[in-house]
Amino acid sequence: MGAVIGGIWPLINQLNPDASVLALSTVDFDLSSLQEGQSVTIKWRGQPVFISYRTPKQIEEAKAVPLSDLRDPQTDEERTKPGHEQYLVQIGICTHLGCIPHGPGQGDFDGWFCPCHGSQYDSAGRIRKGPAPRNLVIPPYKFTSNTAITIG
Amino acid sequence: MADHQGSYTTERGFIGWWDQRLPIIRGTRELILNYPTPKNLSYWWTFGSILGAMLIIQIVTGLALSMHYTPNAQLAFDSVELIKRDVNGGRLIQAVHSVGASMFFLALYIHLARGMYYGSFKAPREALWLLGCLIFVLSIATAFFGYVLPWGQMSYWAATVITNIFAAIPVIGDPLLQWLRGGFAVDNPTLNRFFSLHYLLPFVIGAIVVLHIWALHIPGNNNPTGVEVKSGRDTVPFHPYYLVKDLFAVVVFLIPFAWVAFFAPDILGHADNYIPADPLVTPPEIVPEWYFLPYYAILRAIDFPIWFIDSKLLGVIVFGAAIVVLFFVPWLDRARTRSGRYRPAFRIVFWIFVLDFLMLMYLGSKPPEGIYVVLAKIGVLYYFVYFLIILPLLSRYETPRPLPASISESVLRPARS
Repeated sequence: MGAVIGGIWPLINQLNPDASVLALSTVDFDLSSLQEGQSVTIKWRGQPVFISYRTPKQIEEAKAVPLSDLRDPQTDEERTKPGHEQYLVQIGICTHLGCIPHGPGQGDFDGWFCPCHGSQYDSAGRIRKGPAPRNLVIPPYKFTSNTAITIG
Repeated sequence: MADHQGSYTTERGFIGWWDQRLPIIRGTRELILNYPTPKNLSYWWTFGSILGAMLIIQIVTGLALSMHYTPNAQLAFDSVELIKRDVNGGRLIQAVHSVGASMFFLALYIHLARGMYYGSFKAPREALWLLGCLIFVLSIATAFFGYVLPWGQMSYWAATVITNIFAAIPVIGDPLLQWLRGGFAVDNPTLNRFFSLHYLLPFVIGAIVVLHIWALHIPGNNNPTGVEVKSGRDTVPFHPYYLVKDLFAVVVFLIPFAWVAFFAPDILGHADNYIPADPLVTPPEIVPEWYFLPYYAILRAIDFPIWFIDSKLLGVIVFGAAIVVLFFVPWLDRARTRSGRYRPAFRIVFWIFVLDFLMLMYLGSKPPEGIYVVLAKIGVLYYFVYFLIILPLLSRYETPRPLPASISESVLRPARS
């Protein structure tokens, strides 16, 4: 039995992400190039990552929302790093079926709007309307200096 | 049944010599050419042969295409363009292959509907039906993998959205998604494995088609009356009667096929697939090929949660159930009368089901908003009510019309229907 599993497992496991794919698992980004209100899309693990320098108005809007209004309740603080709450870093993939939402500043909630099936996210990337079940995913990242982050 | 069998006399010469060692010629004659076939089969019964012809066309053109195609994310799009522009006759081979997929599904849906209407799935033909459903599922997978290969925008985003369906499964969803894609997003490893599977699956389908035909030849064909063959007077040998009729049907079927492949090869496709795949830009709307539209509409129609199941997972469950339910049709429709021809109430609900399927196909091509969403929900509701409620209830309460005593009687004195 062990031999059978030992023989089959490599055949299954070979389909998992290979070493070269995993080797791309961190990426650095210099935030000093971003202006207030600007958002860029970079690629991390082959997926788009939205890095947004939010305006005070957008932060205010996100903080003003009561948690009871949210489908996937998370505070704005939980979605940013302390002291760097103007920066929002999220994987730019709709949690419904994987399309890339348009934004920021789109939809009814000053955030992101997915063209495929009409999901809408607010200025903190939280799901507010449409078929998507969860907020936009925050990737693991840390500030390596005041203006630089490492994702992954 | 046995009237046409045993007429074979041992050949002399090479054929006789060969048949004593491997009776493949004798077997072909006895099992296929002399196969006793009900004499009242209509043109609805020619779609099996048409599907066989379509499968052969797909395999032959696919083999040719694979000799020029490059399954690499950087090169795939250009290699398909190269096939269309530079390879000798490549433009036609590519068109026949992509249009062929559409024609395959057209024939497949007609074949499936014919089986449903005439009760071809009922005892003793359940194995035949189950194998047919399996061929349907494998054909869906094969067509999907093939659609990804040109690596245009629609290819890429179809691969993204469809693999994402598996992420809806609780707990194992995300690891499963990465395992299917071979990465965190759809990329080169995904393309490579899809090419490999696209090459493999048609041969698996071919093997199951052999079992499907075997399972057909054990009980013999159903027929429009649904009355079993009772004597040799009810049948004619497959060759020449049905061989010629089926070949004629294939030729007729090839006329619209050829017209589309020659004059409008892109009419069924989507313009966005002429844009190379871009992982950072989603096309404004993602629409599958027409033959997947009903199931796409079913997937999208579920935008509400039930209990603890969120809308995404529920959509996926309902989408899967819409296909899986086909496997259970022999046990859902238990009416003794096989043919819809003698079931007045069944005929009505069956044709409403066909219209419902066509409506879902139309709705799948429309954006999910306003009246389209409401209609899609009604469509999904009827789809499942038909299989799970109407068919079992009709089997119990419907009064069928009297059946003819035999196939011969129905041919000589046709019932008004």
